Amino acid sequence: MTHIYAYIPFSNGAAEDVAMEFSSAAKKIDEGAAVTAVLTGSGADLEKVAQEMTSLYAEVIKIDNADMAYPNAEVVRKALVAVLPTGAVLLVPHTTFGMDLGPGLSVRMDAAYAADIIDFEGMDATTLKGVRQELGGAVSTHVTIDVASGAVITIRPGAFAPVEGGAAGGCVIDKSGDAGDLSTNRKFLELVEAEVGDVDITKSDVLVSIGRGIEDEDNIEVAQELAEAMNAVVSCSRPIVDAKWLEKSRQVGTSGQTVKPKVYMAMGISGSFQHMGGVKGNPFIVAVNKNPKAPIFQVADVGIVEDILDFMPELAEAVNDL
Amino acid sequence: MEILVCVKRVPDTAENEFELNSSGNDLDRDDLVYSVNEWDNYAVEEAIQIVDKVGGSVTVITVGDDESEEVLRREMAMGANHGILLTDDAFEGSDGKGIATILKAEVEKGSYDLILSGAQADEGAGQVGGMLAAMLDMPYASLVNKIEPGDGKIVVGREIEGGNQEMNEMDLPCVLSIQTGINEPRYVGIRGIRKVASVEIPEKSASDLGIDAASVGSEGALTKRVDYFVPDLGDGAEMLEGSTDEIIEKLIEKLKAKGGL
Repeated sequence: MTHIYAYIPFSNGAAEDVAMEFSSAAKKIDEGAAVTAVLTGSGADLEKVAQEMTSLYAEVIKIDNADMAYPNAEVVRKALVAVLPTGAVLLVPHTTFGMDLGPGLSVRMDAAYAADIIDFEGMDATTLKGVRQELGGAVSTHVTIDVASGAVITIRPGAFAPVEGGAAGGCVIDKSGDAGDLSTNRKFLELVEAEVGDVDITKSDVLVSIGRGIEDEDNIEVAQELAEAMNAVVSCSRPIVDAKWLEKSRQVGTSGQTVKPKVYMAMGISGSFQHMGGVKGNPFIVAVNKNPKAPIFQVADVGIVEDILDFMPELAEAVNDL
Repeated sequence: MEILVCVKRVPDTAENEFELNSSGNDLDRDDLVYSVNEWDNYAVEEAIQIVDKVGGSVTVITVGDDESEEVLRREMAMGANHGILLTDDAFEGSDGKGIATILKAEVEKGSYDLILSGAQADEGAGQVGGMLAAMLDMPYASLVNKIEPGDGKIVVGREIEGGNQEMNEMDLPCVLSIQTGINEPRYVGIRGIRKVASVEIPEKSASDLGIDAASVGSEGALTKRVDYFVPDLGDGAEMLEGSTDEIIEKLIEKLKAKGGL
């Protein structure tokens, strides 16, 4: 029987949604696996979330230390290395925190590492089969993970079905005393909040969202004209902000804004999971892309294979003529 | 400041439509266009800007085959001073740890204050920088979108969820993975490439590096890609076809029904 540990991040006294997803992910690794939740933090928030986790997990480990009041991955890594048993299989969310923590942790634990897993296809002895994506989601791959000496596996948030809590009746085990020396050479200074832009894209029912397919800064006008015709607002994917063509507050995605429009017009957007992670509320998605293999066509409701630079002006004109 | 930037030659996602080969287990690689990993350009640009400010030099390094030399030359045309190619048949099939193990061996032969990589590459794992840091026992920060070099220390901003930024102070030497958008990588023209065309780039093998061949490559890998496939995700989008006018007519009806117009 595999013993799986699930690292549960939380903020402001609430566990991240992966708390409910990890228990189904663990079942897909091994139906009979014992699963232990692991939480690090400090004080009342940690205690509250640890108690809540007993409804989902039969065992909950908490590591309380003032140095982990803010989840600095360098500190958390040291605590986990000290507390987790040799050969542990640990699940971590593939988030900006998990990416900071995981790779180095696998080295320290002398364990295998697998990143951004979206599904498991069972275990054969100590070889676990997982599914992940490459090339921005354009292709999927099967990977085998040799977990004989343990593993650190980052899991894509939202990839596994959430499990409702209620029956686990677990207990909290305090391992704070085992964490040892947590001093590091990286100190957390402060959080700088995202700047507020001139337009709040989260308030618009219709978004005309542009990606690489816009090709040039001068073409953004074309998207703006379509947005005006549709009484919509222009948003964008990451490359447009990286190129400094639109401000950061217009970016949809996990590292930008989370939007819940009624209609999402994905114009020249390939549809990476980081981008789609910011599109919530099940909107009607229209994708226009000249690449018929773009991943966006797998998640869109309606797809059109055309060059957005030709298509958007024609659509704007047709809408204006209504 | 002596800065090492780890780069990788990858299939260009902007230039390719990826298809599987006839056996359906690998990419059809015949006509793939390769380029330097997009994130790495930002890392190299950042390194050059730091050296412009505080002095020092920039070395670019990669693990790959002969063809990877072209990405080193491209980054040297941007302004990196030196290039190192780590190449050996024994390196083929390495997982993230294998690549980090190979890089570590070379890092230990030099004296670097700062080691940069892209935040992720074609495989989307974002793993090598963090592994290398742990192997070298250096502090690490991922997804870095701001660097302020100081004396023996460095202040770095990490991009976290929601567009927020987490500021950290780190001791040098350290390892950072660089996020896109941190700067605007300079353009490299044909003239720039020509200038560095004849610069010698040292190549190092497993034995040059003193690496046990069994610890890297597919033999040493704990995580292995078995195949590529295109998932069956149900029907996907309803594709609208016909002339552009016909498509627009159909689309407008749907948009009206869904509250888009």
